[in-house]
Amino acid sequence: MTIRHHLTDALLMAYSAGQLPEAFALVAATHISLCDECRARLSAYDAVGGTLIEGCAPAAMDETSLTATLARLTGAGAPARPRRPERPAPGLFPAPLRDYVGGDLAAVKWRPVGLGVRQAILPTAPGGVARLLYIPAGRAVPDHGHRGTELTLVLQGAFRDASDRFGPGDLEVADQGVEHTPVAETGADCICLAATDAPLRFKSLLPRLARPFLRM
Amino acid sequence: MRANTALMQKADAPAPASAYVSRAAPGRLSAGGNVKVGETETDWAALVIRVRDHGDTQAFAALFRHFAPRVKAFLMKSGAGAALAEECAQDVMATLWQKAHLFDPARASVATWVFTIARNRRIDALRKARRPEPEDLPWGPEPEPDQADALGLAQDTRRLGEALARLPEKQRALIERAYFGELSHTEIAAETGLPLGTIKSRIRLALDRLRQSMT
Repeated sequence: MTIRHHLTDALLMAYSAGQLPEAFALVAATHISLCDECRARLSAYDAVGGTLIEGCAPAAMDETSLTATLARLTGAGAPARPRRPERPAPGLFPAPLRDYVGGDLAAVKWRPVGLGVRQAILPTAPGGVARLLYIPAGRAVPDHGHRGTELTLVLQGAFRDASDRFGPGDLEVADQGVEHTPVAETGADCICLAATDAPLRFKSLLPRLARPFLRM
Repeated sequence: MRANTALMQKADAPAPASAYVSRAAPGRLSAGGNVKVGETETDWAALVIRVRDHGDTQAFAALFRHFAPRVKAFLMKSGAGAALAEECAQDVMATLWQKAHLFDPARASVATWVFTIARNRRIDALRKARRPEPEDLPWGPEPEPDQADALGLAQDTRRLGEALARLPEKQRALIERAYFGELSHTEIAAETGLPLGTIKSRIRLALDRLRQSMT
């Protein structure tokens, strides 16, 4: 998988700082699962957090703090010994996405949203909406702009818009004001994980009518 | 290793007056102001390994005394009350004990690892949200620990601390506010002025090696 489109520095830093809405954090975690370049960049931002913790003036702990913590731990003897993480079962979705779907592709509860496009909204905290999108090969997603930011991560197939081509693992970051019409390439159907932090804004009448169904 | 460190730092550079650099005995700097690896710093990673391999409570106590009060301070700066911060700091240190086998000194310093645990605890306790995490690495056979990687990363991390201390106050405050949870994601600007590229490259190499050992 050759990934050409990555998380921005600002998104990585916000994810490291723990400040992304859950829907965005899900897209970030899923992309990083596929992309060692962003995994390494994230580690560098985490190192900033480590350096800040190191620099915090120590706060006084309760007197019994250490004994209480030790009592909690040593009852059970030495730390549970290394069970290395298991190799993930083969499938389309990386582990964080599987957690939210409750399985791989076969477990997705798709709902049709018209023109062959299907979606499944994933349960995340308020402040953003995460959805899986299924776009038949050659189909377009309705033209829309955004009030906030929209992240779109390709899991299967590919899409193009005015700016570029996005293949598996690629992440498109569309900021406020971007009007675009992503079109799935012919060949494989396109499956994406998308997240918005504000409602989408459609240009034409029909998609606006479809909005309640899309919950966009 | 020490010769390397000396080369990397200008001989006439002032002693980094940095609170961001972990150092067991802050007074023991050499005449040139250079901090020497292994002489003036506690090797926190070695302590985590002792916890991991032997359930060493003394090693844990040393880690606790250093990190727990800082985690508590971090959580209080992030808006937690003292009681909640105390409880969460204990949880964070308990997690360090329980997950010691996941610590990889080639990919994070102990402070960095502690930060990620504290951050996740904060999201859970203060925001009541889940934090989706990337897929775990590695799976498969245990890779050989790479001493050179770990030492190199420790040096990079120290330089990061020094760079942070040298930043103009305003710029440093902005980074602190981001990590203490005072800025929303749309307010966070990624331009830090910090030497993150070297750390990224080193971790990228460690990941490449890890991937090779996994296949």
